[in-house]
Amino acid sequence: MWKSLVIDPAKCTGCLQCEMACSYEHTGVMNPANSLIKVFNFEHEGRKVPYTCTQCTEAWCLNACPVDAIRINKATGAKEVFADTCVGCKVCTIACPFGTINYNQVSGKVQKCDLCAGDPACAKACPTEAITYVDANWTGYDRMQAWAAKANTPATAA
Amino acid sequence: MAWTRKILRVNLTAGTCTEEPLNMQWAQDYLGSRGLASKYLISEIDPKVDPLSPDNKMIMATGPLTGTMASTGGRYTVVTKGPLTGAIACSNSGGFFGAEMKFAGWDMIIFEGKSPKPVYLFVENEKAELRDASHLWGKSCWETEEIIKSQHQDPQIRISSIGKAGENQVLYACVVNDLHRAAGRSGVGAVMGSKNLKAVALRGTRGVGNVKDFPAFMKATNEAKKVLHDNAVTGQGLPKYGTQVLMNVINEIGALPTRNHRDVQFEDASKISAEAMHEKRESDGKTHLVTNAACFGCTIACGRISEIDKGHFTVKNSPKYWGASGGLEYEAAWALGAANGVGDLEALQYANLICNEQGMDPISFGATVGAAMELYEMGVLTAEQIGIDSPFGSAEALAKMVEMTAVGEGFGKELGMGSKRLCAKYGHPELSMSVKGQEFPAYDSRGIQGMGLAYATSNRGACHLRGYTVASEVLGIPVKTDPLATDGKPELVKAFQDATAVFDSAGICVFTSFAWTLADVQPQLDAACEGEWTMDKLNEVGERIWNMERMFNNAAGFTAKDDNLPPRLTQEPAKTGPAKGLVNGLAKMLPEYYQVRGWTPEGEPTADTRQRLGL
Repeated sequence: MWKSLVIDPAKCTGCLQCEMACSYEHTGVMNPANSLIKVFNFEHEGRKVPYTCTQCTEAWCLNACPVDAIRINKATGAKEVFADTCVGCKVCTIACPFGTINYNQVSGKVQKCDLCAGDPACAKACPTEAITYVDANWTGYDRMQAWAAKANTPATAA
Repeated sequence: MAWTRKILRVNLTAGTCTEEPLNMQWAQDYLGSRGLASKYLISEIDPKVDPLSPDNKMIMATGPLTGTMASTGGRYTVVTKGPLTGAIACSNSGGFFGAEMKFAGWDMIIFEGKSPKPVYLFVENEKAELRDASHLWGKSCWETEEIIKSQHQDPQIRISSIGKAGENQVLYACVVNDLHRAAGRSGVGAVMGSKNLKAVALRGTRGVGNVKDFPAFMKATNEAKKVLHDNAVTGQGLPKYGTQVLMNVINEIGALPTRNHRDVQFEDASKISAEAMHEKRESDGKTHLVTNAACFGCTIACGRISEIDKGHFTVKNSPKYWGASGGLEYEAAWALGAANGVGDLEALQYANLICNEQGMDPISFGATVGAAMELYEMGVLTAEQIGIDSPFGSAEALAKMVEMTAVGEGFGKELGMGSKRLCAKYGHPELSMSVKGQEFPAYDSRGIQGMGLAYATSNRGACHLRGYTVASEVLGIPVKTDPLATDGKPELVKAFQDATAVFDSAGICVFTSFAWTLADVQPQLDAACEGEWTMDKLNEVGERIWNMERMFNNAAGFTAKDDNLPPRLTQEPAKTGPAKGLVNGLAKMLPEYYQVRGWTPEGEPTADTRQRLGL
């Protein structure tokens, strides 16, 4: 069973705990500059939006990579970058429609969300449940339920 | 370790930036941020120095928890000798600037001298340089941030700057970072302006990787976050209502200073309250409040982001104020509202936006307007002098005064001197609602007795953030005490003052103390910082910081007679509410406070006290 990160921007306060947790998990340093999840702040609208890789099934990045440095983790479904293989050509960064795989000048490789081997640090650190990690088949069900609740049909027995 | 162990010293006269090692013994004795930066300042300047002269220094400092996953670990302080008071000034701000300083690898930045022309400091990790700011001089804080980010082609740069108020040396000008967070009080922005330093722009990509014991740190910070989450104030009240949750509460207990402290209850309090910010406006069907927002690392998220009514008279022709922006917080809503008798929420937000845009402390500004309105009603000031009819309650007068003061035009120049100088100039010094020259915040000390002592003895002049006994006297945190009684308040004030010094010096937000005691902070510090950080040591550090600040003020010329309140609070009884008939009992509390502190009857730490604290 695979799980997915589900992000609800309306719950995000912009505290960046997710960015610190992500960077620490991957580099051993609390450093938002190295986070694989990014919170964007649309200052004049009052909106904050966390954004990261959605782990596409037919992943553009994976298919574009000429050296097969991006592979599926069969346990989690994450598309993971194998740094030993990556040559830093950046073709994947062009292929990704969402911009969620990025080049890192220091390592000379690309980097992206790997779901922390099935236990994402960002979701654990989020204080408002703006980032949750749920059964991949259930993404969107909470929103469906919220709309269903608005159906406004009285409870009746036949 | 958590400290970066590096200080950046910027000599503005010479135009140099040099790196120095942090004094690690001082870090053990004074922790960081407020305490440690004050130690540096006091060691380097003459206490008698003119605050606006090149010989004064200004320090921006982080604490050991700044830039870490500790909740609210994003604070920095601006420490200097303050021009409003002549006392030590230490103003604390959230936002994202403090963490960025840490990520760039610096514990603090010391500014000294005065630049011959306007400059800004640009720091990118190890690289630091002063750059020409002639194109920024005259710009607002908002414009300055935008121009610097666009010039460096980097939207992730974090910026602290002064607006026109700081340039014009308004005595309560503040330093604004991230558009609407501010090191707000005591005029630290005027000191920055006096040095021709327009802004500090930071980009840090090194991060914080050197906490002493990371597993212990995660355990301690997670447990502490749970305490915040499970607490009614920090887990529910503050995220939903912000600090504005207090407006109706404080009004009901008869401690909401109204019309320059003539009254202690405001008939329109509910119109400018948190609840009002959640209600749909008649004019456009929208709520004033758009969302809450967090500063760096904060799991409370008390910040208010609001949208002003576009049709309101203050902004209908000024689209630049129409977007979502910071405010209103309780202190600003009170100072711009109740303190002047103005019950128009949109007008308060307009004044608040101008304060953010041009860098002014809305507390001291609003309280100064309150004093001016009283002088107007007494016939001492006229509409011709001020430029507008200015009775209590006039939103038009408030809007006009904030515009004039922010840019230093007309009567705004006089308002920019603060209420003490304004009232003295017009022959009524007793009408300045201030201590040591700094205006009171939003709690009337006739209705909350302990706050009178906290104000009178605050090292930076009247202030709620040096010893917030409101927590105990009103909210029952950590234990409930009677707000109308003076008994036990000297001990209570001391305990709050010392603990707050530790919170401030750690790099975390004092609002955590609605839920946390020092016992919640101690394991976080102990896991992060080298050395052993026991409760005993933290209590001693807090007390040491308080006494060090006091000794600086004494050396600057302050004495026991400056630990005082305006006669209105000690002689004119409250007219309504639970405190009706009461004045503040400072005369009873103060001698006892000196005893509890281990000070002489003249308010100076005794030799024994100094020795015990290593001062």
